[in-house]
This record gives sequence, C-alpha cells and structure tokens, in this order.
Amino acid sequence: MVNIKGWSNDEIARKIAIDIPDGSYVNLGIGLPELVAANIPEGKEIIFHTENGLLGVGPPPPPGQEDDELINAGKKPVTAIPGACFFHHADSFAMIRGGHIDYCVLGAFQVSESGDLANWSTGELNAIPAVGGAMDLVAGVPNIFIIMQHITKTGQPKIVRQCTYPLTGRQVVKTIYTNLAVIDVTPHGLEVREIHSGMDRETLQNLTEASLSFRS
Amino acid sequence: MINKVVVTAAEAVADIFDGAKIMIGGFGEAGSPIELIHALIDQGAKNLTVISNNTGNGHVGLAALIENLQVKKMICSFPRTAQSVVFPELYAKGMIELELVPQGTLAERIRAGGAGIPAFYTPTTIGTPLAEGKEIRHIDGKSYVLEYALKADFALIKCKTADRYGNLLYNKTARNFGPIMCMAAKTSIVQTSSLVEPGEIDPENVVTPGIFVKRVVKISNPLSENQLLRENRRYPW
Repeated sequence: MVNIKGWSNDEIARKIAIDIPDGSYVNLGIGLPELVAANIPEGKEIIFHTENGLLGVGPPPPPGQEDDELINAGKKPVTAIPGACFFHHADSFAMIRGGHIDYCVLGAFQVSESGDLANWSTGELNAIPAVGGAMDLVAGVPNIFIIMQHITKTGQPKIVRQCTYPLTGRQVVKTIYTNLAVIDVTPHGLEVREIHSGMDRETLQNLTEASLSFRS
Repeated sequence: MINKVVVTAAEAVADIFDGAKIMIGGFGEAGSPIELIHALIDQGAKNLTVISNNTGNGHVGLAALIENLQVKKMICSFPRTAQSVVFPELYAKGMIELELVPQGTLAERIRAGGAGIPAFYTPTTIGTPLAEGKEIRHIDGKSYVLEYALKADFALIKCKTADRYGNLLYNKTARNFGPIMCMAAKTSIVQTSSLVEPGEIDPENVVTPGIFVKRVVKISNPLSENQLLRENRRYPW
C-alpha cells in the first residue's frame, strides 16, 4: 500500500476556504468540515449557518464562557457574531431546502463518479440509523463540497464507481477535496483539478476506483 | 380573563394520558424542557409516542423518560449521540420503535401539522433508502417525495420569557423546535425561566404568539443537562 500523507486536514480546509466566494452563506458539516471556518482568508466575509438555528456562527468561546444554549449542529459550544440571528428549525431548513445557502461542506464515506454521496450510514445490520440534516442539505444546497481522506484507514478507495453504502443523495457532489487531490464532478466524469506534489497520476488513479481524467 | 399560568410542572402535565403523542423541544441539551419531562416521569403516562430531534443524554430528561419505559415509539432524526446510552440499549433489545426522519423533513412535517397542511412534497431523500415505499411526484422536471404532517396531543417546550397570554421568547439556539411544536400540538405546555406582565414583551419581538400556547409554568432556574451529566445524575433522583 502506498503510504502518502498528502495535505494536512487544515491544508485541505484552506483550499475549500479559498474556493468559497466572498459574501457566501455556508453550512459546515460536523467534524472535518468545521476546520474550514478557521481557514477563511483575511478580508473575506462568509456567513456560517448551523441548521439548529443560527446564521452568523462565530469562533468557539474561550474556556469557561460556554453557553449550553448556544451550540452548533455538532452540539459544540459556539459564539454568535455581531449581526447574527436565531430562528426555528422550519425556517432553518427553508434556508437549506429553499436554495438560500450557497455552499455546504460535508464529510463522506463514499462518493461516486456521478457525484452520488454516501455519508450517513454504513448499512450495518444492527447499527441504529441516524440521518440528521444531511439529506436536506444535499437536496437543497447548490454547491456541495466534500472534505475527506482519499482512502479509508484500511486502504479502500472512497471515490468509487458506485456507492455500496446507502445514499444520502444522488448526483449532488460538486467537488471532492482529499489529502491527495482536488477533483471536480463534471458531466463527463471526475476531473482532477489539482494533485498533491508527492503524487503522480498513475498512483492517484490506483487509489481511486472511479476513473479520473486530468485537467492539463 | 385569560391566564395560562399554572403553578407547578406536575399540574401542567397532569392530564397527559397513556398512548399520547408528545412533541418534546430541544436539540441536544439546548431547549430541553427537563423539569416538564421529569414531571411526566413522576406522572407515569405510558405507551407514549415521542417526537423529538434526539433521544436524550445520560439518565436524565428525555433519556430518563425512555429508561422508565414510558415511550413506545420515537420519531426523530438523530437517535444516537455521544452521550445517549438508554435508547441504543432498548432499541437493540427491540423494546422501542424508531421512525427515522431527516431533520428538515421532521421540522417541516411539524410546521405543516401546525399550519393545517396535511402533506407536502419535498426533494429530501430522493434516491435514498428513506424514500422507499413513498409516493414520488415529478414537478417541473424534478422528483419529490410525499411526506405527511405531524401533529401531537401535547408539546413540552422550554423558553426564556413568557406572559400569561402565552407569548414567548426563547434563548439563542434553544429556540430550535419550540415555535413549530407549539403550533402542532393540541395542548402545548411551556416552562419559562421568567414570567412577565402582558405588554412587557415588545409585540414586534414576540416569537411564539400566545394563541399557540395552552399552559405556562415558571421554572426560574432550570437544571442544566450538561451539569447533570457531569455529575452522573439519574432521574428519579
């Protein structure tokens, strides 16, 4: 197995932060996607939405100043920026489903070559299913960015021809950002926009089940 | 005279009956009406269907209600979180039913229930296992799934400020499901940290209009679920 670390999680998050235009309304998924907030370049104004009812999510509070009733979708304490607003869940998901949120960054178990996303269940028989807001986000937000490791911990490809895990949504992913490459989902398949300097095309393809084309 | 204020949580939940459908506000810790839930545990109604985003944490609040075997079915979007131990155990033993609903669909089903809309079409779940067996409609070249409204006999809600008409203000992200659950339940029961005279809440700022609220009970210093979890508390104490 090829042992390539590639970009750090912060470096991946930074690439996403650069690709999100100034003035965007953005929803960040739980976990890795949360790194994007801290990596927004100076001078860019991005409004972060959290689906539990806050537009204008600020950085985490200093220790000791956490408020049990000011949290994000991952149930972690956050702050509200000046100009933030609170709203109920139906309004929050109207923002999502109604196409008002411009970008959403999510993690993934698998992404297919046509942009199908599987990120809510590994389909294990005895696991308790839990879905949260993932299906609403991919149904309503026009630009879905995925941040993830290129392969699983056991070396299995996560970018596949067809997802084997239950889908979150069909043909919803716009761009995949991994530790090894940045890959756009296009009408003619997956197109590599950027590749890590320690990677060559052949190795990247070997770590990817779906076939890749390369923008030269 | 209209006065929706009742004195104790016990009095507020006294008429909740066996088999009732109950919406319980809160997203994780934020907005969970712990005192009302504990009063319902003391009251003892059984075979309840509970509609709530999560299934509670540790052994207090909603988790304690489930642990006390009062809940026959949960309708929620995210039944397992880091600190939920009770629901997973009962679910594994087949002792509790689960209807899994995406969070936004859950919110809209509740909103629709309160707004007199029996069902609606949504793009959420199209192409996924959660759309299986549901009616699909094609509108303007896109596919949508039919979802039915949710209503309830009771709602248990936490807010920050209320008056005797039932006008409500919430606190930050603790608002979450409160406003729509108050609309969708026949009898919405609200615990508030502060009770003010009519007119003290600026009419421009009222979040839940009093018409959606049946009972208000003042709980001045509500328990913090996080604090109870840190202390490893269990209800009944």
